[in-house]
Amino acid sequence: MHWSRKLISRLLRYAIVISTLLMLWKSLILATNCSQPILVVLSGGYSFHNLGDLLFVTNYPADSIRAGDVVVFRIEGRFIPIVHRVIRVHEREDGYVKFLTKGDGNSVDDRGLYSVGQLWLEREQIVGKVKGYFPYLGLFIILLSNLPLLDRLLLRVVT
Amino acid sequence: MHSFLSRLNTLFAFTISVLAALTLGVFISTYFEQYHGTVSISANKPIVKHMTDFSANRKKNDLGVLQLDMDMNLNPLFDWNVKQLFLYLTAEYVTPSNSLNQVVLWDKIIQRGENAQLNMRDVATKYYFWDDGDHLRSNNVTLTLAWNIISNAGRLLHVRADGSSSFIFPDEYVTSRGKNSGRE
Repeated sequence: MHWSRKLISRLLRYAIVISTLLMLWKSLILATNCSQPILVVLSGGYSFHNLGDLLFVTNYPADSIRAGDVVVFRIEGRFIPIVHRVIRVHEREDGYVKFLTKGDGNSVDDRGLYSVGQLWLEREQIVGKVKGYFPYLGLFIILLSNLPLLDRLLLRVVT
Repeated sequence: MHSFLSRLNTLFAFTISVLAALTLGVFISTYFEQYHGTVSISANKPIVKHMTDFSANRKKNDLGVLQLDMDMNLNPLFDWNVKQLFLYLTAEYVTPSNSLNQVVLWDKIIQRGENAQLNMRDVATKYYFWDDGDHLRSNNVTLTLAWNIISNAGRLLHVRADGSSSFIFPDEYVTSRGKNSGRE
């Protein structure tokens, strides 16, 4: 076979693999209704989330967020989401609800982490609820994220 | 073909596969477990104060103060997939401005191996019971204990214990000044 044909067929094979993985990832996002359904824990601030653990996150609107739930949220302007527990919920009759979160190992709540002047978290800032957990699998992704440029693409989270 | 490195590589791949299969086995074997339990909780001496909440909107909000009695035996909940139990006590109530309020008053982490039988008397709440407003007086509050099963691998399960209790806050504020001050 001509060398260019071999090259093209190899490139197409790689493209098929990559696009299949991408499609699987996007389907997972659709199925969980969450923009980041799988996250890798970066820091060890939490008592039970160690470096490299994988978290499975969902964001169904019918699955209301209540006190005690572990949620993933993103503060405006910050890139990396935070995983902490909801300690206060106040919901009004019209459906507007606000939350306060705190890390399990911390003695103070997260108001210091929110934006200046922000006292409560709103539903839009919550990426989803943590539903499950798999240890160590994310260590590979953390190793990859140490390569420059690649770390913007990978899914990481701080606890 | 059978160099040291290739053998090491095969060994490594095999180890990872076995660990993955074990983890999956641990996850599946405890997937349907419910982790129910019964506890007994009661609130002592609930009072309401009206103070400025400097941690929040710096306005005067209601602050509930109470002591807790709790009895529970959670040793049966620890199976091979439970690394830790995160216990939390939630106070739930309704106010005219908010149809649902939930405040976590107390929490505790119990690691596997620690004693999970707790008999506590007159424990102060770990966190302040601030209302989002001033509607705690005469309010009927329900206290529920729940736990978060932190497993080695698997679902992050929240289980509410059987045995919640309620109490009603008194009608009037308590001031920190003496009874002769005459003002609330």
